[in-house]
Amino acid sequence: MMDIAVQATGLTKRFGSFVAVDNLDLSIAKGEVVGFIGPNGAGKSTTIRMLCGLLKPSAGRAEVAGFDVARDPEAVRAHIGYMSQKFSLYGDLSVRENLLFFGGLYQVPRGEIEARMHMAIGMAGLEGREDVLVQTLAGGWKQRLALGCAILHRPPVLFLDEPTSGVEPEARRKFWELIHQLASQSVTILVSTHYMEEAEYCNRIALINAGQLVAIGSPGELRRHALGGTLYELSCEALGAAVTALGQMPEVIDAAIFSDKLHVLMRGSVEALQPWLATRGVTAGQPVPIAPSLEDVFVQLVSRSSVAGQT
Amino acid sequence: MKLKRLLAIAYKETLQIWRDPRSLAIALLMPLMQMGLLGYGVSLDVRHVALCVYDQENSQISRALVQDFASSNWFAVVRQLHNEAELRDAMDRSVCIGAITIASNFTRTLDSSGTASVQAIFDATDVNTTNIAIGYAQGVIALVTADFERNWLRMHGELAQTVGSVDLEPRVMFNEALDSRNFIIPGVVAVILGLVGAQLTSLTVSREWERGTMEQLISTPVTALELMIGKLMPYFIVGLVDAGFCLIAAIFWFRVPFRGAFGTLAATTMLYTLVVLGIGYLVSVRIRSQLGASQVALLLTMLPTTLLSGYTFPIDQMPHFVQMITYAVYPRYFVTILRAVFLKGSGLSELIGPILALVVFAVLIIRIAARSFHKRLDER
Repeated sequence: MMDIAVQATGLTKRFGSFVAVDNLDLSIAKGEVVGFIGPNGAGKSTTIRMLCGLLKPSAGRAEVAGFDVARDPEAVRAHIGYMSQKFSLYGDLSVRENLLFFGGLYQVPRGEIEARMHMAIGMAGLEGREDVLVQTLAGGWKQRLALGCAILHRPPVLFLDEPTSGVEPEARRKFWELIHQLASQSVTILVSTHYMEEAEYCNRIALINAGQLVAIGSPGELRRHALGGTLYELSCEALGAAVTALGQMPEVIDAAIFSDKLHVLMRGSVEALQPWLATRGVTAGQPVPIAPSLEDVFVQLVSRSSVAGQT
Repeated sequence: MKLKRLLAIAYKETLQIWRDPRSLAIALLMPLMQMGLLGYGVSLDVRHVALCVYDQENSQISRALVQDFASSNWFAVVRQLHNEAELRDAMDRSVCIGAITIASNFTRTLDSSGTASVQAIFDATDVNTTNIAIGYAQGVIALVTADFERNWLRMHGELAQTVGSVDLEPRVMFNEALDSRNFIIPGVVAVILGLVGAQLTSLTVSREWERGTMEQLISTPVTALELMIGKLMPYFIVGLVDAGFCLIAAIFWFRVPFRGAFGTLAATTMLYTLVVLGIGYLVSVRIRSQLGASQVALLLTMLPTTLLSGYTFPIDQMPHFVQMITYAVYPRYFVTILRAVFLKGSGLSELIGPILALVVFAVLIIRIAARSFHKRLDER
C-alpha cells in the first residue's frame, strides 16, 4: 500500500472520562490535500497530535508514512512536518537562525542547507529580511516561515493545525497556493481549518464533530450527496411560522432561516410545499432549487450528528 | 545521539542567552553580589567587642589595666562609666556587650594580698559571642597577671623561675591566623554556585512549554539526551564564568590563602557545576511553568545548601540523623573539596572521596533528567 500516506483505524483518545477522539477511521492517499473541518473542541488538534506521535492513542492505531505512531514515533517524526496551532518559532531568533535551527534538528545535509533555506525564504516572501527577528514579523509572514521551517527536510507528509487562523485573507490565499505547490510535488497534507471557503481548496474534506468523523469526501461529493436530499430556497413572509409548519411536513428533512429567506432540504417532490404552507396560513413564493454551499452541508451534518450523539 | 542536532540546540540556546542581556547580567553579577553579602556578613570571629569600663579607683594600675583591654584588638572601650546606674543603663540599652568594674580598693588589695578581682559583666543574649568574649577577657587578664608577676619578682630582686613550669605551645595548621573568613569563604563559593547554577537551568525547558515552542520542538526527531546536553552546554560556560568570578573574589579580594593546584580547582569546579546545572534542568523538565520551576529550584537548593552543607554550621556538631541527611546534600562535598584545596593544598588523590560522591550525583541526576523528559504532550 505504497500510495497510502496516512492510515488511522479506530483511533481514540480519552482524557479522563472525556472522549476527545472517538473511534476515528481516516485514510489519506499520497499527494492528497485533506481538509480537517469541525467546530472548536471537535478533536481536530488531538487527532493531528496523535498522528504526529505527540499524544499516545488510548485505542486504535495509526500509520504515517508507513510507520506506526505509537510504536515508532521517532521514525514518524523524521518523515513529517508539523505546524502546531500556536505559533511556535523562536521570536528572539532571526529568520535565518530559525531556519538553521530546524535544519540542524532535521539533519539537513550541510551542502544543501543554503539552497533549502533560500527556497524557504523565497517561499515565505522574506528576501532581504533574513536577519530580522521573527517576533517583529506580521502574522502572514510568520505562518509562511513556520511552514518553511516544517518542510526544510522535505517530509513526505505535512500536518498543519489551523495554520491560517488569525491571518488576513490575502495572506491566507498565498498560504494555500504554497500548500498546492507542495501537493504538486506529491507531499501529503492534512490541514485543519475553520474557514469554510478554505475547505473548497482541498481534494477531500473530513468533517469531524464531537470526536467523530461525520463525513468525508470531495467538496463536490459532499455538496451533492451528504445532505440526502435537495435544497430549495424559499422566500416567504412569516419565517418563524413557516419553519414550524415545515417541521411537521414528512418530506422535509430540515428547514432553516438564512438571512431573509428559508433553506428547505427535501426528499422527493417539492410540489406539495406551497399548498402545505398555504393551508397553514403562510404565503410563500416559488421554491427554487439551489446548490448547497459547504456551509449548508456542515451545519446540516453537524446538527444531525449532534442529535445522534445525544440519543 | 546525533552531533548535528545537539549543536543546533546548543547554538540556539546560546543565541537566546545572548539576546537576553538583562538575564545574562543578572546571572553573572548576582553571584558576585552574594559573594560580597555572604563574605562580609558571615564571620564567626568576635572582634572589637563593645566594652564599658567603670573604673572606681582610677589609679595608674587600673588605668593600665583598662588600656590593656582597649589595646587588645578584641575589645573596644566605648564608654567610661561613673556609677552603678550608668552601668545598668548601658547594659539595658545594649551600648556594650560587656562591662568591666574595677573596685576602688583594687591597688590596695593587690599590694597587700597579691590578688585582686576585676568584675566583668556580660550580656548573654548572644551566647556565642559572649562565650568568646569571656575567653578573650580571661586572656587579657592572664597577660596582665603575668606582667604583674614579672614586675613583682624583678622589684624583689629575684629572677623569674622557669623550673617546673610546662608551657603548651599550640601550633595551628592550615589557617594560621585562625581567621574564620578563610574557612567560610571557600564554602560560600560552593553555596552560591549551588543556588545560582540551579536557577540558571531551571527555566530552560519550562520557558519552551510556556511560549509554545516545545510542541514544535518535540515534533522533530531530536532526542531527550540531545536536548539536555545541547541546552546545558551554554549554561555550563555561564556557570563556569560565575564560578571563576567567585573564586577570583575569594582569592584576590577576600585574600583567602590558595595553596592548591589550579588543575584540581578547575576539575572539581566543573564537576560540581555539572551537578548543580543538572538539578536545575531536572526541575525544569518536571515543572512546566517558569515561575513554578524557579521557585521549586530555589526551595530545593536554598535550605539544604545553606544549612546542611557545613559551610558555617559544622556537620559533626549536628544530631546523628541530620548528619545522615547531609550525605545527600551534594554541596557539602564541594565545601569539603574547596576548603581542602584552598587551605591545605590538597590534590585530586586526597580528595577522591568527595569527588567520587559528586561523580555519583552527576551521573544520577543526568540520567534521571534525561529519562524524565518525554516527547509527548500527555506525559510528564
